[in-house]
Amino acid sequence: MASTETGVPGATDTSGGDPSARTKVSKDDHLAGLEAGLDALETRSEERVSLGSVLLSKLVPPLVAVVLVITVWQFAAVSGIKPDYVLPGPLDVWRSIEAMWLEGTLLGYIWTSVSRGALGFVVSVAIGTPLGLLVARVKVVRAAIGPILSGLQSLPSVAWVPAAIIWFGLTDATIYAVVLLGAVPSIANGLVAGVDQIPPLYLRAGRTIGATGVNGIRHVLLPAALPGYLAGLKQGWAFSWRSLMAAELIASSPDLGTGLGQLMENFRTYSDMSGVLATIILILIVGIGIDLLFFSPLERRVLRSRGLLVRS
Amino acid sequence: MTTALVKQATTVGTEPYATRLDHVSKSFGRAGSGQLVLDDVSLDVAPGEFVTLLGASGCGKSTLLNLVAGLDLPSAGAIDVPGGRPALMFQEHALFPWLTAGKNIELALKMRGMPKAERRGEAERLLELVRLTGAYGKRVHELSGGMRQRVALARALAQDSQLLLMDEPFAALDAITRDVLHEELTRIWAETNVSVLFVTHNVREAVRLAERVVLMSSRPGRIAREWRIDIPQPRRIEDAAVADLSVEITEELRGEIRRHGQH
Repeated sequence: MASTETGVPGATDTSGGDPSARTKVSKDDHLAGLEAGLDALETRSEERVSLGSVLLSKLVPPLVAVVLVITVWQFAAVSGIKPDYVLPGPLDVWRSIEAMWLEGTLLGYIWTSVSRGALGFVVSVAIGTPLGLLVARVKVVRAAIGPILSGLQSLPSVAWVPAAIIWFGLTDATIYAVVLLGAVPSIANGLVAGVDQIPPLYLRAGRTIGATGVNGIRHVLLPAALPGYLAGLKQGWAFSWRSLMAAELIASSPDLGTGLGQLMENFRTYSDMSGVLATIILILIVGIGIDLLFFSPLERRVLRSRGLLVRS
Repeated sequence: MTTALVKQATTVGTEPYATRLDHVSKSFGRAGSGQLVLDDVSLDVAPGEFVTLLGASGCGKSTLLNLVAGLDLPSAGAIDVPGGRPALMFQEHALFPWLTAGKNIELALKMRGMPKAERRGEAERLLELVRLTGAYGKRVHELSGGMRQRVALARALAQDSQLLLMDEPFAALDAITRDVLHEELTRIWAETNVSVLFVTHNVREAVRLAERVVLMSSRPGRIAREWRIDIPQPRRIEDAAVADLSVEITEELRGEIRRHGQH
């Protein structure tokens, strides 16, 4: 015990070296040592959480919730409050999906929609980003179209479908127009919010080190706005996907490839409730899946690297 | 004192000052009816000199630093900074959280025009200067308050400016860390030849660090009095000489503040 307690009267000093050597330590080394000690005291090390406990805390609760919903659904279906063709059970819906899978058409439907959604999203990013930057940085532009841009976000994109059909007919152009009108405002608004939330100190610090003009935008403004921008992208994807489904559902024609929206419309015409429910589930899975696989990890990575994400 | 003499002798440059404020006034708001913040301030900082600007709230010391830094323009008078854009350190570290400590410094080097191949080595050298060897890859949030201010100092030094402006850089730190950083700053100042204009409201800090303390009055900010500090470095904030002079300066400062209560 005593050997570890240096500095206590009567205890032996075990910190090493003979005392005469230690007095020779220069004042400068003394300060360096003091500083190293302070640094060590004030730095907290981040502890890694084990994969097992992450799975347990992140995966189990949603699974339980899903199982619960399916159970309630199953009970409702077998209780016979509604006939089969109005409220099919989970198994009927599952068979519906299985049938499409066995026919080999399922992935085709999903791919048609996902590729449209992805292309629409990429184009929306390409338009929304410069637009957002312009609104955020140029006062006149903000005064002119800022309110319209945020107003557009509250307009349901399905409202554009009739107009788009009149403009473009039953073509892919109609679908993409609706997707763009839905996603561009939300991406631009995300970037505007991101820029607005930048602490002014960063901009001042950037100017002092000489990051002005294009350099200021590239090295300070954009990276500082990234968290808000990413949130906008995430929402932009959700809007793309939603608008796409609205467009596919209404603008359905044999000339257009069959996406999930058209698929649902087809099931409805045959009064195939299992098929309709199966499609709704597929749409949900794709929407959640892309957010979970792509946007959420990206956002978490950015926030964590900046110390903005605290593990609870 | 000897270090100061050596520093002045080795400083190159044609101008006899690192910055000169010539009858500078600044008011905010509408011209004429606006609020006067700085009133006819004239001040020279000699090359290699360490000057602290001391004053209570409302003396316009931060405004003055912004003017010298070129972040704002004076309403009247002229400011000359012959060495080019001065480096500026804030009370908050103002490091960019999306970059590592090393990359923060490298950004300043890049903006100064240093070729890419040399930046890494120079950033490591500057981190070593502030005794943060090994912090190159650390994110800002992984560093303690004192470490962040040292990285901020390294980034300011990366600008290779002849003039370093410091706006209460240690005010948010705990007393122990602040004390250590005072020693660090004194050492780095002696090693680098840089001129420092340091703003603070802490009298002891001003006396501890500076060769010259300039006391400003408030609303509008004017230069009230100045002291040349002849206590040899390295000083400590507890030194009797530092304490004695601090008492004297504090009395002056209180006198300046009291005047505002007499209306």
